[in-house]
Amino acid sequence: MDLENQKRVKDFADNYGAENLVVIIGAAEGEAAGLAAETVTAGDPTFAGPLTGVQLGLKVYHVCEEEVKSEVNEELYEEQIGMMEMVLDIDDIAKEMKAMRDEFCKYL
Amino acid sequence: MNSVVKAAAYTLVYAPDMIIHNGSTQTTERIVNPSSEYLTKIPAHLRSFEDNVAYAPNQTYIGNMTPDELAKIEMPWYNKKVEGANRFGKFGEIMPQDEFLILLQICDVFDLVKLEKNFVERTRPNFEKHPLMGEDIISKIKPGVEIAEIENFVNNEHSEGLYHNHELVGYVKRAHDVDPSLTAHIIHENLVSKATSVLSLLHLVKNSGLEKSEIDYVIDCSEEACGDMNQRGGGNFGKAAAEIAGLTHATGCDIRGFCAAPTHALINAASLVKAGTFKNVIVTAGGSTAKLGMNGKDHIKKDMPVLEDNLGGFAVLVSANDGVSPEINTDIVGRHLVGTGSSPQAVTSSLVSEPLERAGLKITDVCKFSVEMQNPDVTKPAGAGNVPEANYKMIGALAVKMGAIEKTELAAFPEKHGMVGWAPVQGHIPSGVPYVGFAREDILAGKVKKAMIIGKGSLFLGRMTNLFDGVSFIMQPNSGAIASNAGVSEEEIKTMIAKAMKDFAKSLLAE
Repeated sequence: MDLENQKRVKDFADNYGAENLVVIIGAAEGEAAGLAAETVTAGDPTFAGPLTGVQLGLKVYHVCEEEVKSEVNEELYEEQIGMMEMVLDIDDIAKEMKAMRDEFCKYL
Repeated sequence: MNSVVKAAAYTLVYAPDMIIHNGSTQTTERIVNPSSEYLTKIPAHLRSFEDNVAYAPNQTYIGNMTPDELAKIEMPWYNKKVEGANRFGKFGEIMPQDEFLILLQICDVFDLVKLEKNFVERTRPNFEKHPLMGEDIISKIKPGVEIAEIENFVNNEHSEGLYHNHELVGYVKRAHDVDPSLTAHIIHENLVSKATSVLSLLHLVKNSGLEKSEIDYVIDCSEEACGDMNQRGGGNFGKAAAEIAGLTHATGCDIRGFCAAPTHALINAASLVKAGTFKNVIVTAGGSTAKLGMNGKDHIKKDMPVLEDNLGGFAVLVSANDGVSPEINTDIVGRHLVGTGSSPQAVTSSLVSEPLERAGLKITDVCKFSVEMQNPDVTKPAGAGNVPEANYKMIGALAVKMGAIEKTELAAFPEKHGMVGWAPVQGHIPSGVPYVGFAREDILAGKVKKAMIIGKGSLFLGRMTNLFDGVSFIMQPNSGAIASNAGVSEEEIKTMIAKAMKDFAKSLLAE
């Protein structure tokens, strides 16, 4: 995850409390989505950014996962995400995301 | 009347030493981790010039192979060589590093670039043999300096070293003692951009068959900024490059917009010509030293050569309608608006379906889409996926949503309406514009009826806005308006009849 984004996630967690945050990921592939999820739960796996060694354990979902989709107005979702839903390998993304949440999320 | 794409040129420079000394991934690593294992491994992972020339995507970029021919070669491409590969192609060339350093010195008009004298003596004969380097350019080569001077300036005077085969062969001086906009690093970066643009301009003029004096205007659309501390992006790379290329009757300007800039610039050029302001406008861009070896860490991790060892350049000539060349249709221009939003769906709709619908067309009416044509051989091993393919899937999915194709046809869409990527990963260079040269040929040959050129840019990198950006336009066959109607005026017909009658009278007298 981009170092600047790591810093912002860390600042949000400090200011509003980790239990009050949900991170929504928009990555196009399972591996990239999983890495981002790992960063905001178990810490930066590349040991480069502000979240290195920081286990925030945040709730984290991909925007194409059912948990997010069911929260959004259907028409709006179709308008903004419908096209990408057709393009992405959502099963693979959801599998990666769930694995990270199951192992590292502290707030479920 | 629409303006036309009269000619295109595409050039590469083989720059292995610049990967190590000027690529931002490497210069950053040197600061953060000076004893880095990665840095020590790079030299063993550099390709030879011959391998660089024989690399299929490079042969495609300079026009010796078509995208269709490249697609027939199974990936990965880096471990396969093109038989009989040539440094020169119909669009341009791949220039070796030593000749390029000479060109860099030629492009410096402030005495900031110095080369070692033996290096100049060794390289000059090859440079003089170059088919496009005339006496006006060759006469600018300077004799060179002693190595002691070079070492002194690099070690003690904040100069940027110039290297060839890991040997120090020159330096770029800083242009001011304290101005942070005129450091040796920035001057080097800007001169490289200028010199690669000059190389493309020279090829373009040759490809167009026009005289240099016929060029009216040159628009540079690279991603560098030149100026001093009081006007850091003051600019005019366009005019500076035109000067070296000998385009004495041209002026010019710069257009910026990250990777979207080439398409913005082509739309501007097409409009300037269509309006009658200028007849022949060139859009040009040089390459970027910072992006050399950007994905080098991943390439070395996978035991591959560092594939980002080329600087890229291109130039396109947009001219008044000649009745033959493919047109740029400025009535079908897509644009990402301030209010469009940044979801991939909103972006793709604004650039692809919205302008087509406005013109009463469907997505499937466009034969070929030219998107971000990054070479997947470079990006896939670095975890960035196949960029053009991802773009084609999005356009295909949009076509399904619009009812232009069935969902079952989605899988075949990328191959039918797209191409494999072949352009070097140099930001603006792969963006939409690499296909313009091939599109010109495909349209002239009747193989393609409509091609859409799409440029997209990530503006957030400049920290001025979080907005996305992009523009698109359609290339289409020439309507042939000049040839059928406007070619002969009433006045000319009268003159022709008069001449015929005179000739007839003469023949009667002769009898």
